[in-house]
Formats: sequence, C-alpha cells, structure tokens
Amino acid sequence: MAKMTLAELKALRDDKKKEINRRDTDAHDVTIIVGMGTCGIAAGAKDAMSALIDAIKEHDLNNVTIKQTGCMGLCHSEPTVDIKAPGMPATIYGKVDAEIAREIIVKHVIGKELISKYVLDRPASDIMKEQN
Amino acid sequence: MHYTLCDSILDLYQNSVEANSKNVIMDFIQSESSLIVNIKDDGKGMDSDTLNRVKDPFYTDGIKHKNRKVGLGIPFIIQTAEMTDGSFNLKSVAGKGTELNIVFNLKHWDTPPMGSIVDMLISAMSMDGDFEFVFNREDRERELEYTVSRAELIDVLGDLTRVTNMILLKEFIASQELDN
Repeated sequence: MAKMTLAELKALRDDKKKEINRRDTDAHDVTIIVGMGTCGIAAGAKDAMSALIDAIKEHDLNNVTIKQTGCMGLCHSEPTVDIKAPGMPATIYGKVDAEIAREIIVKHVIGKELISKYVLDRPASDIMKEQN
Repeated sequence: MHYTLCDSILDLYQNSVEANSKNVIMDFIQSESSLIVNIKDDGKGMDSDTLNRVKDPFYTDGIKHKNRKVGLGIPFIIQTAEMTDGSFNLKSVAGKGTELNIVFNLKHWDTPPMGSIVDMLISAMSMDGDFEFVFNREDRERELEYTVSRAELIDVLGDLTRVTNMILLKEFIASQELDN
C-alpha cells in the first residue's frame, strides 16, 4: 500500500458510495455511542472503537454511525458502548474491550441477540433526579 | 494516568473541542528521544485563577458533571510528563484560547508506550462539532512528515461519524503513517 492522496481518497469514497447505492438495503440506521471521556479513554475506549470499526468493515455493514460522548457517569464500567439498533432495545454495554466490541457487532447488531453478561442498566430516572 | 501517550493526548484534545474552539492545531513531533506535542486552540480559554487550579486533580469547574469533585485530564498529563523528565507548559487567555506544550521523554523507563496514532486520529477527527482540526505530524527518525486537516477530510468523505467513511479515513491515515 502506498501513501494515499486526498484525490485517491475521494475516488475510493465515490466508488464506495456507488456500491452502497446499488445495494437494495432496507436496513435502518444503527447508532453506536462510545464513552470517550477521561475515564473511557483510560479504560481503553479507543481500542473498543477501533475494534467496532474493524468488525463493521469485516461484516460489510453500511448503515452504522459511531458517535463519541464524554463521561456518562458510568466510570466504573468503562469503556461503555450505548447502542440503538433496529429490532433491539436501546442498550448500554459496559467493560467493552476489543473482543466484546466484535461480539456486539456480530451478536447484537447482526444476530439481534443481547449479550446479557455485559449489559448495564440505566439508573432509574427518579434516582437520577434526586441526585441532581 | 493513561495507558498510552496517544490516550493522554486525545484526552487533552477533547478539552479543546469542548471549549467550543473553531480551530485546533496539533503538532506531533517525534524523534528518537522525545515526543513534542503542541496543542493550540481558539476556544473559551481560562483566566489565571482557573489556570492555576486546573493542575489540581481535586479541581473541576462543576459544569460538565454537577456532583463531581475531581478533574483528572490535565493532572494526568502533568504527572506523566514530569515523572519521566519531560515537561508541560500551559498558557491560556480567557476568551482567546489555550496553548499546551508538552515534551515526553521517550528514553525514560516510565514513559508510557506511544499507542496508536491512527486510532487517536480517527477518534479526534470524528468527534462531533463544527470545528477545524489540523494535525502536523513529523517523525524525524523515520523522515516522515504529513499534515491532515479535518475540514479537507469532511469535504472529501462527508460525515465522519458514518462508519463507511471512518473505514476509509482509517485507511487514509494508516497510509500516511507508512515509511517513505
């Protein structure tokens, strides 16, 4: 692989776009939010995000958005991954390393199956209000 | 402290983004014995009082997290730089912006590993917000030099939070990191 120029990057992007448009997808968007606060970064959120990207590439999914957020108050369970996928409940996974990140793509996004061991419950909203 | 230097740098960069900067410039200059990182932003900056207190891990402005008593980002980096015979310099003017100059001593036993520059840049480039980020990379030992601009990449790829674009971004940045 040689160094890529911006023009080559643009050509690749155009090819990819054509390919995506050609496919008959009825897929709904999947949104993944990775906790990238100091706590998340310290716990390896960057590795988790990189593994998510690689797994999405490997399984050729083209309907996924990855956003990053600061600390969500779940520092004890970082890296956290908050995921909204069609046909699945909005879920937060905790202690997501590279391997669990791959599992999230394969089992949760593609297989529509919760990975119970790593699911974090949201704190009840009344408790949240009391604290604030 | 953070596990890798790139983790520490990403953490500091995020401060610039969260300070509503329109422009963030980062120099990342590596030689055999040192890594110099300069981060300059035009965000909201800090007054001299805040600037003094921000180095204290038990200080936080309380805006981001109401009930929190600690702010660890900057103290982490000071600890890492100073305990490994590096240096850390923070200048800021309220309303104008902030400038950080850090030197990591790559020869010290206790200096954390470099970490992945590619992953750091993917995360930095794809953070939400309307701002420009210019990354100037130099590796003197490998005679490697390149500059990437977030605005140019968005212009070419579009939304950088779409994973199809992130995959291309990753390929692009990884190719810049190749030996000449």
